[in-house]
Amino acid sequence: MGPITSRLATMMTPKGWAALAAALLVFAVVLPVLNLAVPPGSPFHLPDFAVSLIGKYLCFAMLALALDLIWGFAGALSLGHGAFFALGGYCMGMYLMRQIGERGVYGHPTLPDFMVFLDWDELPWYWYGFDNFGFAMLMVMLVPGLLALIFGWLAFRSRISGVYFSIITQAMTFALMLAFFRNEMGFGGNNGLTDFKDILGFTIQSQQTRVGLMIASAVALALALLVCLFVVTSKLGRVLVAVRDAENRVRFLGYSVTHAKLLVFVLSAVLAGIAGALYVPQVGIINPGEFSPANSIEVAVWVAVGGRGTLLGPILGAVSVNAAESYFTGFAPDLWLFVLGGLFITVTLFLPQGILGLLRGLRDRLRGTARTPVAETAGHA
Amino acid sequence: MTRKALPGPGSGRAFLALALAGLILLMAGVPGPAAAQDEPVDPAYVQAVQALAEGGFRDKAEAIETLVELGDPRAGRVLAAMFDRRLFVREDAGEDAPALVIGETDAGDQVVIRDAITLEPLGVVHEDTLEAVGINNRLRRTLQEAIGTLQLRDPDPATRIAAAEALAGDRSDENAALLRDVLEAEEDPDVRDAITFALAQIDLGSDDRERRLAAIETLGGSFEPAVRGMLARVVRQNADGSYVEPDEEIRLAAEAALRQTERNLALVEFALNIFQGISLGSVLLLAAMGLAITFGVMGVINMAHGEMLMLGAYTTFVIQEIFRSVAPGLFDAYILVAIPAAFLVAGLVGVALEQGVIRFLYGRPLETLLATWGISLVLQQVVRLIFGAPNREVANPDWMQGGFELLGGAVITYNRLYIIIFALVVLALVALVLRYSRFGLQMRAVTQNRPMAACMGIRSGRVDALTFGLGSGIAGVGGVALSQIGNVSPNLGQSYIVDSFMVVVFGGVGSLWGVLVAAMSLGIINKFLEPYAGAMLGKIIVLVVIILFIQRRPRGLFALKGRAAEA
Amino acid sequence: MPEDAALTLAEEPQGSGAAPAPAPSPTHETLLYIDGVSVSFDGFKALNNLSLVVEAGELRTIIGPNGAGKTTMMDVVTGKTRPDHGAVSFNGDIDLTKLDEVAIARLGIGRKFQRPTVFEKLSVWENLDLAIKDRRGVFHVLFSRLKAEQRRRIEEILEVIGLADRRHEAAGLLSHGQKQWLEIGMLLIQDPQLLLLDEPVAGMTDKETERTAELILDIARQHTVIVVEHDMAFVRDLGAKTTVLHEGSVLAEGTVEAVQNHPRVIEVYLGR
Repeated sequence: MGPITSRLATMMTPKGWAALAAALLVFAVVLPVLNLAVPPGSPFHLPDFAVSLIGKYLCFAMLALALDLIWGFAGALSLGHGAFFALGGYCMGMYLMRQIGERGVYGHPTLPDFMVFLDWDELPWYWYGFDNFGFAMLMVMLVPGLLALIFGWLAFRSRISGVYFSIITQAMTFALMLAFFRNEMGFGGNNGLTDFKDILGFTIQSQQTRVGLMIASAVALALALLVCLFVVTSKLGRVLVAVRDAENRVRFLGYSVTHAKLLVFVLSAVLAGIAGALYVPQVGIINPGEFSPANSIEVAVWVAVGGRGTLLGPILGAVSVNAAESYFTGFAPDLWLFVLGGLFITVTLFLPQGILGLLRGLRDRLRGTARTPVAETAGHA
Repeated sequence: MTRKALPGPGSGRAFLALALAGLILLMAGVPGPAAAQDEPVDPAYVQAVQALAEGGFRDKAEAIETLVELGDPRAGRVLAAMFDRRLFVREDAGEDAPALVIGETDAGDQVVIRDAITLEPLGVVHEDTLEAVGINNRLRRTLQEAIGTLQLRDPDPATRIAAAEALAGDRSDENAALLRDVLEAEEDPDVRDAITFALAQIDLGSDDRERRLAAIETLGGSFEPAVRGMLARVVRQNADGSYVEPDEEIRLAAEAALRQTERNLALVEFALNIFQGISLGSVLLLAAMGLAITFGVMGVINMAHGEMLMLGAYTTFVIQEIFRSVAPGLFDAYILVAIPAAFLVAGLVGVALEQGVIRFLYGRPLETLLATWGISLVLQQVVRLIFGAPNREVANPDWMQGGFELLGGAVITYNRLYIIIFALVVLALVALVLRYSRFGLQMRAVTQNRPMAACMGIRSGRVDALTFGLGSGIAGVGGVALSQIGNVSPNLGQSYIVDSFMVVVFGGVGSLWGVLVAAMSLGIINKFLEPYAGAMLGKIIVLVVIILFIQRRPRGLFALKGRAAEA
Repeated sequence: MPEDAALTLAEEPQGSGAAPAPAPSPTHETLLYIDGVSVSFDGFKALNNLSLVVEAGELRTIIGPNGAGKTTMMDVVTGKTRPDHGAVSFNGDIDLTKLDEVAIARLGIGRKFQRPTVFEKLSVWENLDLAIKDRRGVFHVLFSRLKAEQRRRIEEILEVIGLADRRHEAAGLLSHGQKQWLEIGMLLIQDPQLLLLDEPVAGMTDKETERTAELILDIARQHTVIVVEHDMAFVRDLGAKTTVLHEGSVLAEGTVEAVQNHPRVIEVYLGR
């Protein structure tokens, strides 16, 4: 695809491409070497727990990026992204459950333990095919994507926007959470899916697999970043900016706002699903708690903290907020919710552009160039 | 004033308990000891009672017959005691002391006794001094029948109905005869129904074809769940598909009667579902009403709204604890203090919230959503640190406990009933405040045209704060109601926030009527879906329905039309 | 004009060019035919059995006091408001009342709003880029890039609207008049069959107004244009066939002069 490769070349400055390549090098080569090849005694050794932590943060960053695509760039704050993330996670979880095979507690050749426990005789139809990795990965994208397609079509078609969109996506998340808590749904009810053994033949507990998953997460995040960049620098990206400015005017130009938002929403849901799929093998469990509406709102705060409407902001936000959470829950778990709550309030009141906006403001002041926020289009991020 | 930590019965409470106990005794028609003393005792009765302990079993049976004929209501108690082998002859009794006593309770080898004739309490004696009046199986049956007969002739209809129901449990011909006997003399229609019904139950099990057919016809109109089982047994099939009941006419009649009964039961269930739906709806109404003001009127997305409910519920908990330790006698009145207190606490927190955060975010609804979510996290954590994470229990005042029985075992509980009334009263008050008070007028003026209202000297900032305070305060009051139907926990609000928003969106933003209709219909729909889909799936279906509904009417049921709605 | 004169004149309209509210009928030249359209909001009749015919290639000005239904008429044509009664046909057989805004825009009906609505956060160039005539499908929009010939067209338009040297500035930084021009430029670059301009000179200086009139006359050479306007001087400058709306229906129609001298029009404008 000639025009697309030429688009790719121009959508980022050479410096940007270099930075991306360097970041990939760090996550995909340097950190793995530091963990696996450098002996534990060395000051350069990367401890095992850090690998899992980084892998998790990368998944969260991807989730935040996905949310930013629909919120920051298309102006629709989805509170359903926790659900897309969890759906992707469940699809991966189903693959991992099928991989257990006879090694489960009950030793049933096909049925996962919880189904044997529920006295089920055969696999429900929707579990078919999940023993195949390719099929499972297809579902990881298809399930959240289809849900977003149907839901988004209903919502955007009737011009539900702003807080109404947020509220009904939250209701959707809530409904899904209730559904997945039910044993009859066939997804392990309360306990969810867990006790995974291996992925693609690699033992899930081994450090090599964990490093591999971290690398996969880094690569996926980089690809997601490129996809988002492609969208926001395209004419569609400009249509989306225009939609945030004057939605009706865009319609009178003949652009379908519904289709534009829908495309971005579906794409964003697919990215969230992939993030969830990468997350589950790294934490070893997926349960209905992931659908909790609180999770979805928390993602919004990662994006807000980093700076929405930029592509680096959500990544920065997701990593910094989660690092802070790991830090606080370590020594004062009671305090963390105060910090998180405070973050919600502070960011909305004092930092509407997030950390990235703050940094940009500082830089502009240092350079003495008074750049207006108007010129802040995505491509410059 | 005592300062005991343990809740001891205060004078007021003790009096209440006594009065209540007296009431129950009166209702049950059991003559209390006080009543027994005043009544002159019929010598024939005394003789008959004394005869219970004399002679052989045949003599005793005769004495029992005599007692039944005399029809003294006290006899029931004596015979019941005899049946339980608690009628004793006192071996150490002197000349004047009554020889025949009823043993009441025994602690170890000590027995509390009561005169078998006057029913006066006689204190405590050692069990060795008592000898139980002997009975045999035959006498046992006689006694049972006698007790039933006596109860069936009891002056209190409730006792008579209970007796009829008890007799139906043991399907003997004697019982049938007994019931038929009293039916002729019975005048109270309720008791007649009960007796007829008990008879039909017995007849259904008999061998007489005519009796069975008549019984089926009688049972057909019943509202009792037990009848369904009885009739179902008549029409059931064997494993090979043949019927257990060989007589086709009886079977067909039973099938028809079963259908009728099932219709009746469905009707009862329908009524109960409606009640429970309205009950759930009024809970939703209380939860959503405050939101209808903050979101509907002011357009503020307050994700901490649920926490206002939670604060109201915890305020109730605190007030309850204070009453329990300081004024236990007035415990039943604590709720009257809790309502205004919850309104004030939640209202003040609401005003602080508006002044501290929300007013800086007007016109930025998504930011408001995030900031108020942050506030909700903080409020939950504060409460968790003060009161602890586990659930706390708020006791209902006595007058909210219990309930009354509708037809066919459907019970309407008082707390649910009061909450329905309470929700409607609160709704009416809010509607009155909005429509007729000066503040309501200012509030509407500010929300409709802020600059113009400001020009007319209305301090819009203050009106905003008070409006938000009002919405939050109403949520606090809703919290009082929530505390009466469930436990109180720091995440209480979270379970209501999505529902509340759904109600407001469904009903049409800014319309109190819409909120009422939406809350009630969601409540009822939910309850009707539950039996088919389970509680959770019912909820999911409702959410999906609302989402689809918003497609058709994005502005809810009672939305404004035309240009005004474009804003 | 003395009031009594106006009253007597109202009985007997003078001048053949200004018949009172004629019931128009479409011909094969007709581009837009509004047929007996009524719209009401909460009982208020914004349009009352309005009928109007616009020929292909015509420049038409529409005037009328506040609340006469001018903007509502535009809303109906562009699909923003659905009429309660009546039909709107475009190009002979297309029923506009069945289509939504997007579909109508794609048919080639461009609209400029009363308040200038350009996309303030996008640059002048990007505004024109969005408006340029091209496929509007979402996937095409995602993958497309500007062709050389489209770039030339944007340059051309930039010259026409006099914003060539501000092409990289955010549209939000333009002056009011410049925004109006940019918006007209955006309409031009859509190359629509029918242009609807809602008060294109509102808030402009005299000089800007003059320039805008030139621009519109220029545009009208190749397009069918409907201009809704308050400013009578501007309407005279355009010198086109004029329709007067009042209380949701056509009060008079004809040349500017004829309409200006129409007694009912005078009555409505001066108040009674």
